[in-house]
Amino acid sequence: MSLTHRHLLGLEGYPAEDIQTIIETAFTFREVLDRPIKKVPSLQGQTIVNLFFENSTRTRISFELAQKRLSADTINFSASTSSLKKGESFKDTVQNIEAMKIDACVMRHPTPGAPLRLTEYVDAVVINAGDGTHEHPTQAILDMTSLQEKFGYLKGLKVGIIGDISHSRVALSNIHGLITMGAEVTLCGPATLIPPHIEELGVAVNHNIDEVIAWADALNVLRIQMERMGVSLFPSIREYRSLFGITTERLAEHKKEVVIMHPGPMNRGVEIESAVADSDQAIILDQVLNGVASRMAILFLLLGGKAES
Amino acid sequence: MNVKKLSKQTLLKGGTLLDPVNEKEYKSDVLLVHGKIANIGKVNTKDADVIDCKGMVITHGFCDLHVHFREPGREDKETLQTGSQAALAGGFTRVCTMPNTDPPIDSPESVRFIAEKGAECPIYIHPIGAATKGQMGKELTEMGGMAKEGAAAFSDDGIPIMDGGVMRRVLEYGGMLDKSVINHAEDVCLRSDGVMNEGKMSTKLGLTGNPVEAEGVMVHRDLELAKLTGAKIHVPHMSTKQSVDLVAEMKKEHENVSAEVAPHHLFFTDEDLGTFDTHLKVAPPIRSKMDKKALVEGLKNGTIDCIATDHAPHTIEDKETTFDMAAFGMIGLESCLGAVLKVLVQEEKMNLLPVIQALTVNPRKVMGFETDLFAEGQLAELVIFNPNERWEFTKADIQSKSVNSPFVGKSLKGKVKYTIVKGNIASI
Repeated sequence: MSLTHRHLLGLEGYPAEDIQTIIETAFTFREVLDRPIKKVPSLQGQTIVNLFFENSTRTRISFELAQKRLSADTINFSASTSSLKKGESFKDTVQNIEAMKIDACVMRHPTPGAPLRLTEYVDAVVINAGDGTHEHPTQAILDMTSLQEKFGYLKGLKVGIIGDISHSRVALSNIHGLITMGAEVTLCGPATLIPPHIEELGVAVNHNIDEVIAWADALNVLRIQMERMGVSLFPSIREYRSLFGITTERLAEHKKEVVIMHPGPMNRGVEIESAVADSDQAIILDQVLNGVASRMAILFLLLGGKAES
Repeated sequence: MNVKKLSKQTLLKGGTLLDPVNEKEYKSDVLLVHGKIANIGKVNTKDADVIDCKGMVITHGFCDLHVHFREPGREDKETLQTGSQAALAGGFTRVCTMPNTDPPIDSPESVRFIAEKGAECPIYIHPIGAATKGQMGKELTEMGGMAKEGAAAFSDDGIPIMDGGVMRRVLEYGGMLDKSVINHAEDVCLRSDGVMNEGKMSTKLGLTGNPVEAEGVMVHRDLELAKLTGAKIHVPHMSTKQSVDLVAEMKKEHENVSAEVAPHHLFFTDEDLGTFDTHLKVAPPIRSKMDKKALVEGLKNGTIDCIATDHAPHTIEDKETTFDMAAFGMIGLESCLGAVLKVLVQEEKMNLLPVIQALTVNPRKVMGFETDLFAEGQLAELVIFNPNERWEFTKADIQSKSVNSPFVGKSLKGKVKYTIVKGNIASI
């Protein structure tokens, strides 16, 4: 088993067979995570650096755990503790790290395209852990792994993505991945938070949340960033909650049970009501566990680890 | 490139003369004596140095209404001297420098500084003066005094004049002096923090988009104000179909309207930004295929008068960074002819004459410069180029102090061989 591309930069144009391979491998690692001893020697001797130019808790912990479970050596670099603050350029920082003989870089960066730039400066395998408002492919893969686990299929699955699409790398990667896998995607959120020309990527846009709930098999509810209010992208939390909030009351109006996902961190009481987040229809914590398994699968497949006998 | 003084007599032999003023094309020799045009026709002389122009086109030296030579303030990016070398390499004998230097050229004294330093350069350099003090968009500059010192036009280029009331006064005052006003047409609120054209590509790349309307509403406002005041307006670096349509409409109602397009807006489309190449980050942004097509049509039907490079040098570190941090702009003098001939003549089947007019007589008319450059006794200001040569643009072709060109590695058509100006000849 191997993947077509050497790096994982985004899911735009990423082959369906490769996504399928990653998901299936993730399921294998899910089994490993259920064992009493959760560690395998697959990446022993490989060194992975986690380059985080932007704050992250979940993604970083998830990657670190995946690396430890695979027995890789890991080092962490975060912008706040580095010499970036001393004015060192992006190029210099990464070349310095490369000079230390690294096998893979997991990078989060606030700028779209930064991981692609990184591939020009280093020989290591590059995994995008989120580049600005561009892509977050490992999140989309863990979301698809979770949907596959829950439904048993992705083709024809109806997925609603709710909230701030314009500023969401999670949305963009999910759109590319889900469309590639044959799912149907409808976006729902304030018109000011839906990017122009997004329909050209093969998705539908509907600003009526009740219609989207009625249509969907699963809803991926995105975090609303409060600072967007300041720049007039939406007027108030009250207004947002009333037009787009996922509440028990709203869900109760539909006979079927829609699966609820959230990439975290949640604003309980804003985009999602607490009771919904904690309900049986939510698979939010499964997503977290699948995140570790999916990232193990990605690292394993990209770094050519030997399959466990 | 090698620049040397013209010998006492120089014979340009066996070339084709392209006269952009009288719209004629004919085979002829040109004899230069003491750097001046002495004879156009069949010339037999043994005393002259001969330059073999077989297969070459001889025409007026190109005139670029829109360059940034960064002096004073950012001499690490470009100086008037290094910019002049880039101009010579591109066949340009005359340029207008934008005033967004540090400090900006916003007083008669600073205009004189550029004029005096420009006089020492191997090409003709005309400073464009800032329209408002400090390019702040509030108070008028001393345009009268600046015009006397040699300001060719007025512009706050790089920074749009957002206040419509100020723009009206700039047009009124500039109009009184019979100078063109050039406004960087982008509504800064609509542009917001956009770094590329708003469209499917910007959405896919997760980069903030700059909508075509940011340019359109500003061009529309400026054209209406020009009509209101009767002043000369020159619309710089048009990038959208909307702008072309607006200029075409206004040209029916108001005669003092001219417009330019940059080679990069004719050559590239936003689909070329898929690799996040910071060399293609420019303001206004590289637009869609449809816009590119409209710009070509605009040149074909005369809506767009001039081709201007918007030559904007930046250091390596300004560009060798992530897309959001990278500076806006690219150099363009050296690659201009090859880029525009490739797109306009080879791909779009335009005749050579209107393309050359957009590089010679039309920009000179906008600024009121001498246009009849083939007149006997005229100090020679000529370019000799091979219209058919295909070549790959490389860093070695760059004479600018900066190398931020998206044309590096691109195949071009048409190559400048000699540029003659101020008694010198540059062999490229």
